[in-house]
Amino acid sequence: MTSAQVEIQLIASIVAIACAIPGTFLVLRKMAMISDAISHSILPGIVVGFFLTEDLNSPWLILLAALTGVITVFLVEYIQKTGLVKEDTAIGLVFPALFSIGVILIAKNANDIHLDIDAVLLGELAFAPFDRLVVNGIDLGPKSLWVIGTILVLTLGLLFIFFKELKLSTFDKGLATSLGFSPVLLHYGLMSVASVTTVGAFDAVGAVLVVALMIAPPAMAYLLTNDLKKMLALAAFFGVLGALGGYWLAHGLDASIAGSMTSVLGVLFLIVYLFAPDKGLLSVMYRQRRQKIEVHLLTFLLHLQNHEEASERHVKHLNEHINWQTVRSKSVLELALKNNMITISDDIISLTAKGKEFTKEAINYIMTNKSAAIEEMKDRFFLFRG
Amino acid sequence: MTIREYIELVFSDYTLRTITLGTAILGAVCGMLGSFAVLRKQSLLGDAISHAALPGIAIAFLITGAKNGNTLLIGALISGLVGTFWIRGIIKKTQLKSDTALGLILSLFFGFGMLLLTFIQKMPNANQAGLDKYLFGQAATLVEADVWLMGIVMTISVLVLFAFWKELKLLLFDVDYAKSLGINTIFLDILITSFIVLAIVIGLQTVGVVLMSAMLLAPAAAARQWTNSLGIMVLLAAIFGAFSGVLGTAVSASSNNLSTGPVIVLIAAIFVVFSFIFSPGRGLLFKEIRYWKNRNDLQLFKTLAFMQNIAKTHEDISHPHAIKILNNFQGYTKRSLKKLESREYITVAGGMWAMTQKGFDKATNLYNQQENTYD
Repeated sequence: MTSAQVEIQLIASIVAIACAIPGTFLVLRKMAMISDAISHSILPGIVVGFFLTEDLNSPWLILLAALTGVITVFLVEYIQKTGLVKEDTAIGLVFPALFSIGVILIAKNANDIHLDIDAVLLGELAFAPFDRLVVNGIDLGPKSLWVIGTILVLTLGLLFIFFKELKLSTFDKGLATSLGFSPVLLHYGLMSVASVTTVGAFDAVGAVLVVALMIAPPAMAYLLTNDLKKMLALAAFFGVLGALGGYWLAHGLDASIAGSMTSVLGVLFLIVYLFAPDKGLLSVMYRQRRQKIEVHLLTFLLHLQNHEEASERHVKHLNEHINWQTVRSKSVLELALKNNMITISDDIISLTAKGKEFTKEAINYIMTNKSAAIEEMKDRFFLFRG
Repeated sequence: MTIREYIELVFSDYTLRTITLGTAILGAVCGMLGSFAVLRKQSLLGDAISHAALPGIAIAFLITGAKNGNTLLIGALISGLVGTFWIRGIIKKTQLKSDTALGLILSLFFGFGMLLLTFIQKMPNANQAGLDKYLFGQAATLVEADVWLMGIVMTISVLVLFAFWKELKLLLFDVDYAKSLGINTIFLDILITSFIVLAIVIGLQTVGVVLMSAMLLAPAAAARQWTNSLGIMVLLAAIFGAFSGVLGTAVSASSNNLSTGPVIVLIAAIFVVFSFIFSPGRGLLFKEIRYWKNRNDLQLFKTLAFMQNIAKTHEDISHPHAIKILNNFQGYTKRSLKKLESREYITVAGGMWAMTQKGFDKATNLYNQQENTYD
């Protein structure tokens, strides 16, 4: 690896971590789309800032553009508060308007400004190592590394100081308010961090990847854990994984680095989405199927308990009376047999003592309906699950 | 260029006529279908779909190798639909919320599309130039065939809206009732979503992936402010959309270096701001005026109640009293006295005021919400 390659991967990884932290809170606060809005609406701020400073890495430009991001959030919330349109419509109205202003500003001043809209969307990570920070003739490394590094350090510092407050206001706004933490202050603090990160990162990786890095890694982490600290760590891990994997994919395909990173994140998300234990699609579908069969089993056992007469307990009757398809009634029967709930003699089904006990408790559960009791009960009675 | 000259130019110049007609039809279609997106709280779905359409365009190009508009649009349509249904899958089956699902699909599909686009750009195929017009849109590349396509899409969507009007209305406002009537809500849901995807896809060439969602939302959000009736809202949204298209084309044509897409979006945004402020029923301005009026009325009635308290002590309620005694009462001004007089609640003569029967009744019934016979 050349030093430029190392630097690119380093920048990408730091951007990924810096995005994952505010992103985690945005995802948890159901405000993920705000990051999309911010990433688009900082454009006019960047253009105006570029007129004033003529340097894409100037801290003033970053602050000015971040301010546009905060203004976006403020505008969105103002429109929401008027109640004239539904919540998400407000987001959808504000950012295209601001983005349009940015595009028009760039187009109108195309001659004075070295800003390309494509670069805004995609970033130019490949060129990042060429723009170096030189102080007193000493090469200190790429400028964007310093910019995004500073932002990461600031974000981490704020995270450590306000972790408790953020956690509380994310999960229980009411309690946070009653304890004297201002949710508004924390909210706008978070939004400012998200804006600053977006602006700092966009030069390196572009607006789209910023959104992907803010949402996809936390979303994956959320499917794997319910612990906030673990979620933050996992999100950072997935972000870095996507960044590094994307870099080498781009290297192999000779294509856009930002696009490759997003695609790798997409594949990672697909894997997590399908296979995450407990919350992944397959596990959810498996659980739903199991619950369905177990509910059927319960209905079936209740039916048996209610009928002493042999005709109602005939195997064939299951298909006719309860009107299940053959396959399902077979699997229900098998499950009941495997768990020693029933015995079958001459195609007549009868409950065993265990089956009776289970049914009794199940009725009791249904009548009192104490939540979660049924799962505990299933654990006690089932040898095999559906 | 005067407005008249411009209008003449629109009719004589082929390119300008095509673009104007195209953006007008596009605006109308988007406004119509956007009304449903806005009312169903799916505003940001349009944003996600338009971004999700990008890889479809690239893949269609990679497969056919030709830049034929219609094949690319079919690719966009398919990947837009895939994105839409994946979003639904995520919301339904996992604990991720709708905003996360939208943002995920939006950024992941778009990033993948960009990967493919940059990959295509490096291919030794002279044909590939111009695919990036789908990013920001180039209304100037519209040809007559595109306008015909838009016209056909508009006709079909109008027909579908007419055919399923009652059912769609029910779907919007009372899903459970619709279900209980035996209406197939899943089919309707897929139908209207598919048409929204279709509208987005045909707009990509003109306003581009990034700004397409605004075309869908802005006219509908503006129209919503003026009416509570779905039919009028859809009609108004179509009109607003068409006007944004025509005006946006005019503004961008009359000036150098102004791409049409952003200008159309800004014009639509102006429609929205105007509607937010000036719509009579819901607008901010009239709301403020109503508040202000209510506040003034409250002051007025406070004074009236105070006067009634004084008048009550006399057998004849119209017994005149000195205005001076009101001076210590907060909320009393000369203007409020005049106003009370103009409403015939009191009569003023010299330095004295006297309560009328009407004023006395009004004051008695101040707190009676049912009583609205006066005023």
